[in-house]
Amino acid sequence: MRTDLTPDAGTALGSAGLSRRGFLRGSGAMIVAFAAARHAGLQTLVSAQGINGRSATALDAWIAITADSRVLAYTGKCELGQGLYTAQVQLVAEELDVPLSRVTLTMCDTSATPDQGTTSGAQSHPANFNQANLALACATAREALVRLGADRLGAPAVNLATGDGAVFVRTDPSRRVAYGELVGGKKFMLNLDAAAKRKNATDWKVLGTPVPRLDLPAMVTAQLEYVHTVRVPGMLHGRVVRPPSVGATLARVDEASVRGMPGLVRVVVRKNFVGVVAEKPFQAIQIADKLQVSWTPGPVIPDQATYYDHLRQDRASRDTYLLDSGDVDQSLRAARQVVSATYLHPFHMHGSVGSSCAVADVQPGKATLWSATQAVYPMRDTAAQLLGLQPGEVRVVFTRGSGCYGINGADTVTYDAALLSQAVGRPVRVQLTRRDEMAWENFGNAFVIDQRAGLDASGTIVAWDYEAWSPALGGRPGYDSPGNVVTGWLAGFTPAVAAPRTPAPAPNTPLSNNLNTAPSYVTGCVGGVCRGTGTVRSERVLSHRTVSPFFTGPLRAPERFQNTFAHESFMDEIAAAAKADPVTFRLRHLRDERLRTVVRSAADAAKWEERPSPRPRASAAGVSRGRGISCVLYEGDNGYVAIVAEVEVDQATGTISVTRLVGAQDCGPISNPDGVKNQFEGGALHGMSRALFEEVSWSDQRVTSVDWRSYRTFAVGTPTPAVDAVLVNQPSAPANGAGETAITVVAAAIGNAVFDATGARLREIPFTPARVKAALSARSAATA
Amino acid sequence: MSQITLLVNGRTHTVEVDPATPLLFVLSDDLALKGPKFGCGLGQCGACTVLARGQAIRSCITPVESVQRTEITTLDGLGTLDQPHPIQQAFIDEQAAQCGFCLSGVVLGAKALVDRTPSPTDEDIDRALSGVLCRCFAHTRMRKAIHRYAASRRA
Repeated sequence: MRTDLTPDAGTALGSAGLSRRGFLRGSGAMIVAFAAARHAGLQTLVSAQGINGRSATALDAWIAITADSRVLAYTGKCELGQGLYTAQVQLVAEELDVPLSRVTLTMCDTSATPDQGTTSGAQSHPANFNQANLALACATAREALVRLGADRLGAPAVNLATGDGAVFVRTDPSRRVAYGELVGGKKFMLNLDAAAKRKNATDWKVLGTPVPRLDLPAMVTAQLEYVHTVRVPGMLHGRVVRPPSVGATLARVDEASVRGMPGLVRVVVRKNFVGVVAEKPFQAIQIADKLQVSWTPGPVIPDQATYYDHLRQDRASRDTYLLDSGDVDQSLRAARQVVSATYLHPFHMHGSVGSSCAVADVQPGKATLWSATQAVYPMRDTAAQLLGLQPGEVRVVFTRGSGCYGINGADTVTYDAALLSQAVGRPVRVQLTRRDEMAWENFGNAFVIDQRAGLDASGTIVAWDYEAWSPALGGRPGYDSPGNVVTGWLAGFTPAVAAPRTPAPAPNTPLSNNLNTAPSYVTGCVGGVCRGTGTVRSERVLSHRTVSPFFTGPLRAPERFQNTFAHESFMDEIAAAAKADPVTFRLRHLRDERLRTVVRSAADAAKWEERPSPRPRASAAGVSRGRGISCVLYEGDNGYVAIVAEVEVDQATGTISVTRLVGAQDCGPISNPDGVKNQFEGGALHGMSRALFEEVSWSDQRVTSVDWRSYRTFAVGTPTPAVDAVLVNQPSAPANGAGETAITVVAAAIGNAVFDATGARLREIPFTPARVKAALSARSAATA
Repeated sequence: MSQITLLVNGRTHTVEVDPATPLLFVLSDDLALKGPKFGCGLGQCGACTVLARGQAIRSCITPVESVQRTEITTLDGLGTLDQPHPIQQAFIDEQAAQCGFCLSGVVLGAKALVDRTPSPTDEDIDRALSGVLCRCFAHTRMRKAIHRYAASRRA
């Protein structure tokens, strides 16, 4: 099966000028003027988080049928390496009853696809696989085709069926008419019909099956186009020169220092942005290295060694009560036993294998940007701001990047390329150095989390108190904030920061546990509306958001990874204090049936032995084995997951070996079981890497984790645990995300397994050997 | 600038470049190959891997002048979309990728290993791919694909 998603390098420029109108004309289909359709049918559907964009209500914005009955589909949710291209092709093929090979899916191109905001937040399935957007467009189109078929075949619509790209009479399939004959030369001219009937998941033949990734053959034979492989005629090569330290400003650029160097085209300066453009990539590197640039240091940033204390003491914070039942202090005072602990999480980085890259061709009144951004329309609007163009003058073509897991350098490097191209008036390619990628990406937030819980005489949790401090600066640029990433800031735009607010107002809206700030075990009641998944009524969740010394942004399971590490580790501590089995104790405090089901399924799959932790008669020396569990309802409403980790701890060296990860996941109806498994496996191991190895480091205002020696992860050539997942299919539930669930629960499961093995509790990520040994020593001190 | 002659994927190319240029830039920029990719520029991640006389090398830290007239194979040169090389087929069969950016390092590193060690153990794979990163963490599938390829080669 061939895919049409790999434009040849040589055609990249040509395709820049190829409008959707031209594409359709060339393919012999009806002409759909996308711009007209958009303006006729646009409706603002920006969600609270701005994730899903303005969308489009016109069917012609999503689906077109060619004269030869191929289906052209247009989506604003892009392939980030997780299989979404294939899953969306499956969706279109299923709903429209055409073979996979007759679907051509165009992803994320502002000249062709609807504005679906950002491909992020595990929102692609919720957005496109439920009764809205792409899925609804397919259902609307199918019903329209059946109506047209009824006229053509002279049979009532109820007697018709669809199959193999045609409408036919159920009782006489020889009476059929191909889709292309029904709509050839015409637009649908319909809006999406909210009542259009999708197929039942139980009737799926294509969706719900393990269709192999359609793009994988092109990937593994080096035929797939990445933004890194885009080559356009006349293209030059740029290199940026970042400040040495966070907050530094440009003092002087000595252009004479590089004058006459081979290949030099231009030194480009715009406010604090500095870059060079050269004929060849290696020349650009040599010129950038030689360019003399002096900087004025920025404000002093806190010492890493005491950063968590600094964070806790920072008074300029924005404080928010997500929950406050008003009786937590009283409940804790009345409790038979109070358990408390503090959890620490460092800044993490996305750490894409490929440093970020973009190609830009900026001409007066017209710009084309090839970008691996997760947000083509927001990129269009913010790049236009940066370049002084109108949004309609900018085309952003999503082109695959290195796996990103959030906002790596893809957005900022797109601005880099755009600024350099505008300065020289020719297409410019920029790929960041490893150092610039790692020092300046938008890191996942650091966290300090204090937890307290009260137990009554029966060992039931009667109160839960959470208080957290976390810094932020910038983030995704959205539609109007190019300063949220480093290049926009260097060029003079400001990053978003939270306005200080103390004290926090009382909660007054029903719980949205989007960041999993509230633990799974509380009732989550605000004003009598209870949206939590647990049973603990006395509950308080207070967050302090401070200003970060580094740019921050969403990193796979943003904040949910950190919060869930703290909640699920702490739940394990409470269970141990109550001398209860960790699975049984969780089930006792969970009222959400689907969450309970994944906990039980994971425990069953792991052959969980019911008993309290730590393991009885665990040896205090040598290698000790243990198991731990962790669970969450991701984002409070977007996928249920539980995982059991099995570990071996070498108590002499403090080394943790994770020997097995087995979990259960419920993400609604499963689009592609193998795709979900692949995400589960990758997410689980990604979480393991973050739990055991990853930590951004800095000194003297300079990020010092700038390569793969100073920012650790684990190589493909590393003994890794077997990863198994029980997939709980829910055909009648809404579709949830599946890319960020497993990663969210891994760190706590590993930490809990270490406790089970040794009795030592790990409360700071990453679980380095030194920290394991310190925890082992603390255990000895406690029992001495 | 010097004239450099390279033997890449069975074809001879003569390029006019600074002889200190890393091989990677010549392959991806001058020859427009898509397989080897810049990941770190430091030889730490494997994304730029090519085979030089059958050995996996990091093209990002290899000066182009040092591999003149050396037989070089990139991921592009192994098989085609219609006729993938058996190791590429093994990766397809195991669905052993996510974003795919790392595949030059994984596939070519594994091919070099299996060519000299037809029945590699997990420890052999660990050694061969100790400097290859996949940040999507498709590790377990990749290992299965390598074993599958080795088995198919023995069959």
